[in-house]
Amino acid sequence: MAFVQNVPFFSIMISMFSGIVSSVLPKKPAKWLNTAAISVIGAMSAWLLGYMIEVGGSYTFMMGHFPAPWGNEIRAGALEACMALVFCIIMLLSMLGGRKKLDEEVEHSKHNIYYILTDLLLSSLLALIYTNDLFTAYVFVEINTISACGLIMIRQNGRTIEAAVRYMIMSLLGSGLLLMGICMLYDLTGHLLMSNIKEAVHGIMEAGTYRIPMIITIGLMTVGLAIKSALFPFHSWLPDAYGYSTVSSAAMLSSLVSKGYIFLLVKIFYRVIGFDVICSSKIINVLFVFGLCAMIFGSVSAIWEKDIRRMIAFSSVAQIGYIYMGFGLGTTEGVVASLFHIMAHAATKSLLFISAIGLTDVSAGSRSFFDLNGAAYRNKIAGIGFTVGSLSMVGIPTFAGFVSKLLFAEAAVIHPSQKMLPTLIVLAISTILNAIYFLKTVIRIYVPEKDSVAKEKGFTTVSIKEQKLYTATIIAFVVLNLVLGMMSEPIIDIIQTGLGNFA
Amino acid sequence: MSKKISEEEYRRRLTVRMKQWISGEKDPYLGNMEIVPSKEFVPDKKKMEQYQEDRDRVRSKAYDTEHNPIYRFFRHFYKAAALVCCLALITILMVEVSYLPPVGSDKNPGSNEVAAKYIEDGLQDTGAVNIVTGMILDYRAFDTFGESNVLFIATCTVLILLRNDKKKGKGSAEQEEKRDSFYEPKNDAILQTVASVLVPIIVIFGIYVILNGHLSPGGGFSGGAIIGAGLILYLNAFGFEKTERFFTEKTYKTVSFCALTFYCLAKSYSFYTGAHHLESGIPLGTPGAILSSGLILPLNICVGLVVACTMYAFFALFRKGGF
Repeated sequence: MAFVQNVPFFSIMISMFSGIVSSVLPKKPAKWLNTAAISVIGAMSAWLLGYMIEVGGSYTFMMGHFPAPWGNEIRAGALEACMALVFCIIMLLSMLGGRKKLDEEVEHSKHNIYYILTDLLLSSLLALIYTNDLFTAYVFVEINTISACGLIMIRQNGRTIEAAVRYMIMSLLGSGLLLMGICMLYDLTGHLLMSNIKEAVHGIMEAGTYRIPMIITIGLMTVGLAIKSALFPFHSWLPDAYGYSTVSSAAMLSSLVSKGYIFLLVKIFYRVIGFDVICSSKIINVLFVFGLCAMIFGSVSAIWEKDIRRMIAFSSVAQIGYIYMGFGLGTTEGVVASLFHIMAHAATKSLLFISAIGLTDVSAGSRSFFDLNGAAYRNKIAGIGFTVGSLSMVGIPTFAGFVSKLLFAEAAVIHPSQKMLPTLIVLAISTILNAIYFLKTVIRIYVPEKDSVAKEKGFTTVSIKEQKLYTATIIAFVVLNLVLGMMSEPIIDIIQTGLGNFA
Repeated sequence: MSKKISEEEYRRRLTVRMKQWISGEKDPYLGNMEIVPSKEFVPDKKKMEQYQEDRDRVRSKAYDTEHNPIYRFFRHFYKAAALVCCLALITILMVEVSYLPPVGSDKNPGSNEVAAKYIEDGLQDTGAVNIVTGMILDYRAFDTFGESNVLFIATCTVLILLRNDKKKGKGSAEQEEKRDSFYEPKNDAILQTVASVLVPIIVIFGIYVILNGHLSPGGGFSGGAIIGAGLILYLNAFGFEKTERFFTEKTYKTVSFCALTFYCLAKSYSFYTGAHHLESGIPLGTPGAILSSGLILPLNICVGLVVACTMYAFFALFRKGGF
């Protein structure tokens, strides 16, 4: 076994251990430990990614002295390593970009708890990516849920507490359904290891004995994870949770937490149930319809919204809809598009949140849309970041969002079915709606405000020199967007081979 | 000639106290007992009226059923929809359960080679007589490590929500503590007597359950919960002043940090050696002896410490926002 193959195990353990150590550290060392842990794990994931592209295929790693169906096991391939790398980069940038705001909004004595939460959040995301066992996945879903809740309410005011309570209720409902699904699946198959369950499910579907409970079980798990990742009718917790929490939390919640669950869902589709069984079970049709609804209603709600952060949050609802619509197409191309969109949306949405905070800060802290006049002149780098993010979300070529939209359209056309026409129409409508609310904001931040009004409202100006770290973060985000947008070919290759290895 | 004794010594004599108690002059414990707060709580009338007025105004605007037919409709609609959703989910689950394999049948998919190996080889592989402990702390130790981290992070979130870090002024930790001790019945004789008998027994029983986790039913989670319950009882009987002699936030931090660190490092070592097919070099010992089954006993102790600290920390945080 090559030494690089230890990377998944090391990265999970390092992130957990740094969380445990942070509990006895004061604020500053905890901050540095957090940054160091995320960077080291990111670098290691890149190393693993290089190795896996060279070697190809995937491998399993035994966690303990006992082989798979008895002991625990994790599994890694190029796709997993790529996901881990993207998640690490985005988490690092989100933490750096929101650091100044964190100082203002969170009690200083509780900073080290914030770093504990992010460390453990990272460990749970990594475990969800690498796991090969359904029960391990459930345990880390729990860690993910609780840490996300903490991230929302660490900024203590009434709105965040309310948002955290809502998030907790919906998220626990999702966890409960997922757990019930796992229990029933265990009852039907007698296994918790993904590959063994898949064999048993195949047998069940061929024999036709437990077909009805099987379908219900798949439904329970899918709905559970859909609730946790805020698919359309279950999205009511989302705008408050993303809109009022501190900015690093909002960026991480929108781009990482919900994506971890979606990646787990892909794993369940491919590695636990088998994609052909999923496609024949009609559950994907439900996902398809709700995905389409989310694309429309999320965007419409965002247009109505006057608060810029809540607007970005509602845009997330629409983007989650895109991802589920890709699953709903029922083809591998659709899932490839969805997985690419997971990365593209993660890179773009965190950029939008981070740059929006720069814009609202120079507008006397007002989050209202009407106070943003000329904000891009007062904080130039935030304006550039917001513009790039908006263009990417709308789907302008050279940015990440364009590639994922192209992939969705291709996936719909390549296997003509009844779903082709609705997909293309809704994709077009949703793009126009996206353009309406994002471009109107971009135009507004570039409309100069009269000096007298600016003075009256207490607007301030921030130069790039005063916020070096923030500037560097925004530039890194823009570069990441451009990389995803212009060098998408190798990433799509990785996703395709990764999905091939899943089956 | 009788010995002359001081008034104080005379009063402390058992016979005198007995006599006083029988004649009802003075309850020997009454002097120390606070059953009711010494000052009655009188709400500020003006403030209460203000609250009520604000509340009514907000309610009449937010829940204006008379002038807002949409709201009226949705109030009933949500109730009905919730009912329908719950009933639908219950029906679906009932249907599913009726199709599941019968409980306890040996032809179930659940009774396969996985369970068979746990039962047949469990003792040999892990050295633990209690197969369940062998399973959670050796076969599937990674899951259990995740589970103890769930407890750890749950305490962290409760710390965010409830720990009072305000040093001065209204609502500061010091004032809250005063308020807590004001309403708290202190030095309740019955509670203290019972607690002084029960607490040692509870704690010793908890330690027994933890140490015998690999031999008999029990283990870190249940034993830790028992010790935590004992600590909470002690706190209730004797108050924070007494418990803070041996358990402060610093103790909590040190104990849970050490336990989790040991767990993390020990299991990392065991995972690493396991994945590379190396000998771990940890002796399994004679099955049935206390010092046996390799890492399971120290891990049980770690889990027990974390659970006990978590239980106590939750209680202390909910009561006064600190330790």
